[in-house]
Amino acid sequence: MTGFKRRLKVGFEGIELAFDKAFTPAWNPFYFLGALGYFFYWIVAVTGIYLYIFMDTDVGGAYQSIEHITHVQWYAGGVMRSLHRYASDALVVVMMLHLLREFALDRYRGARWFSWFTGVPIIWFVFASGISGYWLVWDRLAQYIALVTTEWFDVLDIFGEPIARNFLNEAALSGRFFTLMVFIHIFVPLFLLFVMWIHLQRMSRAKINPPRGLALGTLASLLVLSFLYPALSQGPADLNTVPTVVGLDWFYLAAYPLTDMVPGLWIWAGFALVTVLLVWMPWLPPQRRAGAAVVNLDHCNGCARCVADCPFNAITMTPRSDGKPFAQEAKVEARLCVACGICVGACPPSTPFRRTQGLATGIDLPEFSLRALRDATHAAAEGLTGPGRVLVFGCQQGPDLDVLRDGGVGVVRLPCTAMLAPSFIDYIISRDLAEGVMLVGCREGDCHDRQGIDWMEARIAGERDPHLRRRVPRERLARSWAGLVPADKPRTDLGALRARLTELGPYLLSPPPERPREPALDPVAGHD
Amino acid sequence: MTRLLSVLGQVVAYGLFMALLGAFSATPSYTYMEADQALIKLSFSHAAKRVGVCRSLTQEEIAAQPPNMRHSEDCPRERLPLLVELELDGEIATRRLLPPAGLHQDGASAVYQRFPVAAGRHRIVARLRDSARSEGFDHERAMEIDLVPGQNFVIDFRAESGGFIFK
Repeated sequence: MTGFKRRLKVGFEGIELAFDKAFTPAWNPFYFLGALGYFFYWIVAVTGIYLYIFMDTDVGGAYQSIEHITHVQWYAGGVMRSLHRYASDALVVVMMLHLLREFALDRYRGARWFSWFTGVPIIWFVFASGISGYWLVWDRLAQYIALVTTEWFDVLDIFGEPIARNFLNEAALSGRFFTLMVFIHIFVPLFLLFVMWIHLQRMSRAKINPPRGLALGTLASLLVLSFLYPALSQGPADLNTVPTVVGLDWFYLAAYPLTDMVPGLWIWAGFALVTVLLVWMPWLPPQRRAGAAVVNLDHCNGCARCVADCPFNAITMTPRSDGKPFAQEAKVEARLCVACGICVGACPPSTPFRRTQGLATGIDLPEFSLRALRDATHAAAEGLTGPGRVLVFGCQQGPDLDVLRDGGVGVVRLPCTAMLAPSFIDYIISRDLAEGVMLVGCREGDCHDRQGIDWMEARIAGERDPHLRRRVPRERLARSWAGLVPADKPRTDLGALRARLTELGPYLLSPPPERPREPALDPVAGHD
Repeated sequence: MTRLLSVLGQVVAYGLFMALLGAFSATPSYTYMEADQALIKLSFSHAAKRVGVCRSLTQEEIAAQPPNMRHSEDCPRERLPLLVELELDGEIATRRLLPPAGLHQDGASAVYQRFPVAAGRHRIVARLRDSARSEGFDHERAMEIDLVPGQNFVIDFRAESGGFIFK
């Protein structure tokens, strides 16, 4: 991660930390920027339908009808109009924050290119929707927008005659162009919704609705704003005069004053450059793409846990192809896989207790296999001394863990903490590789790999397979969902765990009841 | 206490959110044109004459055409460019050669140009050449106008109405 991007990420995490305290991670708006975008879209859609019912869509009557809606029907139509505007503005705010945040958190490369790529047209469709909406009010601002927009398009010289001539003076004004704008303002948002749907196609369990509390709070604040500061028109359009001073909606029209300072073709060039750059970003250096997970049919029993846990819809179940007595087998779509390893943590044979030669599992990462993880665990545990020996497992997106290493603390890095099957925790404590285990990862509610923290917590709580065995003493396990800010959280949490371990003393495992060992060559046996 | 602080934090966050939306949804204002100025727009769309003269077809040539597509003249498709000139208070504000539109250059030529000027009295002379002549203009109109602040004064051209229209 570049220095700039890391600083941006730290900045976001600093702000989000404050929001975590006020909203809790479950309601933190920064973790639901996309979902809030959807929420604002629906507010805009519902209020837009209401306004359309009462609006005169003819250029001669549009302004008066909107004035009527705003002032005579202020308690309903006026509020609807204000909600329509403010939700549209809020949509731009969350969209731009979403864009910047996904960039800062490096969530746009590799298999995640698709969401980034399909997000780019969303930006322009949102702007086209909003700007065409302002046009329909047909007030002084609409007149300004009509003039500047058509003059800007005319520099392309692609129309038979300048379209700005439609707004030359009152005599030239025709309802046909206005009708076209009504059409655009309805169909561009519909198409926008379609692209928003495509945008989510490679996500499993995409968050398209914010939590109810956050949604209600946001809606309430928009309503309060609508009553306190209702959206108003800026006087009727009059093409015989020039709109000398206009109140701009800077969320949508911030680039408009540029047309007075920079030649229109330069603005088009800038627009094209920004678009190309945005579209290209997932493939710009430095390129990093870890190898996709690989299914090992010798160890796959078709349980579909990997499918259930994959946050990117990269795994599907297909009919069995190897003749084994199972109906299905897992299949990885390599182009969708981000190599987070969450599937490895979900796979029943992913247990370090197994004695099969080479330690293999049903689905594994080629660049950091289960065996490599067990070897790394042993290596990190080797030589740990003193009371309160701890093994720390941390994800690659989380804080720097090397600073935690000392004679009693070993560190293992994983692509995502949820790659660690719960049986590893049992293994470490029961085999006395360490007296305690600490898991370190992204901030709670905002896992880089979307659901790693949720799945890990659910596995530890026994709510999701594979469970952490009941015999594992929970007081010897700590989680530090820290992110990068505050930087000292992992150290603080580690200190607390080690103090607790010192107090608890060495772990003495009661002998397990006698039971047959797992057959060494049974390739599809589960654990626990 | 923690709960109270949390609620307070949310209220502050929502307040800032409202303030952000309210502050920039219609303000600050932007000055598109100074209040003491007026705008002159030169804009029209007009097809110049064709590049060559039409030739009358003979009866045989007409008879050789498909019955539903018969025409009596053979004209070149391309049109001449227009030459437009605007004189403002004795000075040439613009003088442009406007090419005809279309892949075959058979469409109308168009212009759209803005001239912000100080409000007050101005003398305007608009000239247009739409023929193959090499000197002078085919159409010309002059006018003294009093522009009020913020006025949008349009110079249009319609051949069917007799030439330049000042409005």
